[in-house]
Amino acid sequence: MNKNIIFYAAILIFGVTAPFILPAFKVQLSILCVLIILAITWNIQGGEMGYNSFGNILFYGLGMYLCASVQVGMFFPLAEWTESGGEKTFVHTPAQFFQGFGVGLAVAAIVPAIVAGLIGYSILGLRGHYFAICTLGLGVAAGEISGGIEIIGAGQGFTTPPFPDVGRLEARGEFFYFCSFAVLILTFLAVKSIYSTRFKLVLNAIRDNEDKAEAMGIETMKYKIIGWMISAFFCGLAGGIMGGLVGYIDSTDVAFDGREMGVFMVLMAILGGKGTLWGPIIGATTFHFFKEGFWTFFLGWQYVALGVLIVVIVIYFPEGIMGWLREKYPERFGEVVDEADRKAQVELK
Amino acid sequence: MIALQASLDGILLGILFALIAYGMALQWGVMNIINIAQGDLVILGGYIAYFMYLSGIHPAWGVIVSPIIMYFVGIGIYKLVINKVVDRDLFISILATFGISILFMQLMNFAFGADVVLANSGYGTTMLFDNSVVLPNSKIFSAFISIIFAIGLVIYMKKSKLGRAIRATAQNARAAKILGVDTEKVYAATFGINAALCGVAGALISITFTIHPYMGLPYTIRSFMIVIVAGLGNLPGVAMSGMGLGMFEEFADYILGTEFRIGSVFLLLVLILVYRRFKLSKKREYLK
Repeated sequence: MNKNIIFYAAILIFGVTAPFILPAFKVQLSILCVLIILAITWNIQGGEMGYNSFGNILFYGLGMYLCASVQVGMFFPLAEWTESGGEKTFVHTPAQFFQGFGVGLAVAAIVPAIVAGLIGYSILGLRGHYFAICTLGLGVAAGEISGGIEIIGAGQGFTTPPFPDVGRLEARGEFFYFCSFAVLILTFLAVKSIYSTRFKLVLNAIRDNEDKAEAMGIETMKYKIIGWMISAFFCGLAGGIMGGLVGYIDSTDVAFDGREMGVFMVLMAILGGKGTLWGPIIGATTFHFFKEGFWTFFLGWQYVALGVLIVVIVIYFPEGIMGWLREKYPERFGEVVDEADRKAQVELK
Repeated sequence: MIALQASLDGILLGILFALIAYGMALQWGVMNIINIAQGDLVILGGYIAYFMYLSGIHPAWGVIVSPIIMYFVGIGIYKLVINKVVDRDLFISILATFGISILFMQLMNFAFGADVVLANSGYGTTMLFDNSVVLPNSKIFSAFISIIFAIGLVIYMKKSKLGRAIRATAQNARAAKILGVDTEKVYAATFGINAALCGVAGALISITFTIHPYMGLPYTIRSFMIVIVAGLGNLPGVAMSGMGLGMFEEFADYILGTEFRIGSVFLLLVLILVYRRFKLSKKREYLK
């Protein structure tokens, strides 16, 4: 227990001091936080519940649009804002900006959760690959449709309010970094506390055998919807922050970007190891380092590298890093191993 | 009259979709994989015809050349990736082919550029009903060719030795293996035939419509939709639901506007799945 506290304290101290130690990487670190949040949220229904979704990008994009729209709409007419595009006819004062962003984030978290609850009953009745393809369709449809809606910018995109002038140039990066880091800690604590309750066991029961779980008297549908809502809640938060960070929202390239973020979150969770608490975090961190490497050294070829990476990970590492560690050091994961049995197995190999 | 125009357009388009969906049903039934890269194979086939057009050959010959090239591309993909996901979880195959799809999209983007292109067949148009309905001859040509290929494939599957082996493997892979069918070869051939069908469809699409490296995913979704509506191995059903989807799209295009066309296709997929889920849940079953 003592070791754990030291470990968490070290991470916390690193997280708080990181933007000052590594000032050049503030944006990268913020993106890393968002990626970790996305991987953790995907893992809730993808890893623990066994419902592999390609459509969580829906909540991410929804959160992004909602946060920006609320932030603008609270003080200025939204339609005129999006029509003016990049030209800044309206300027937020610092107080307006932070108020708007705060309310926007709240809306960006709650509305996607409600949407997940509303569509949950219909969509979560599908299983396996039908669920996967259905959610894929949902994500792409959301992108295509939001690209046709005038008030949120349609095809030309939506410029989020620029960061107000508060006297320091560094302030923008630090603000978004601490926002995303705070949300990451919130997500982690929420998920960790959820994972220590009966709720997680129910989710695992659904993953292992849904019919049996139902026969045991578990209202599987209720738990599935709650699981998806939790996932959507934090996904929306991550989207809202990312919208402010990027500063520009496009329907298919930034918000409902199934080709990038939508696949990334699945990939990160699988790379780290589905169905573990730390897997998505390790996976997202590893993935982000790899990705930045690719993006820098193979400029222009990054998607080719990404495609190859997906195929290789899926075929050769379906268990992920945590799965591999578990096989190597089972004692660390609280599994009792019979030494003689293990030796016999090694000899057999 | 607009309704008639849309219906005829839709039917001609739908026949083309049915051809792609037939390939999807084939690999799904035989190998139990869902290929997200299906649409990208179609687009690749289209580019082959387009390059024949650029080098001065009439693009209609692409209907013969493209499937031959695509057959070997398909075999290559099978040997590299697909054979490792055949007997695993369906989700693994979805994700792996998603990776292939991204890879293909980007490679095509590099090789052929990000412009929307079409191969001009110079076939002219046909006027029907006192010039109120205009049909490009290329659309009629493509529907005709699709039907020929579909019928040819059905006969091939019924009569030839390989066709029999494929059908046997689809019924029971283990039993087929015991009875001396080389299932590995059958799988490779199935994926190759699927890719060749995509090649034909792609060549026809490059003549009738436009192609673009990123246009693949809608074709995958359309063929998936047709297969789940018609069911595996139901050929008349595939043709009918293909035409129905084509008509739906043309009408959505007229009523909602072109910018919502692709969105409506994806939304229709969600609606169909949800409808079937509610229908089955009355009997306490679910889509398998």
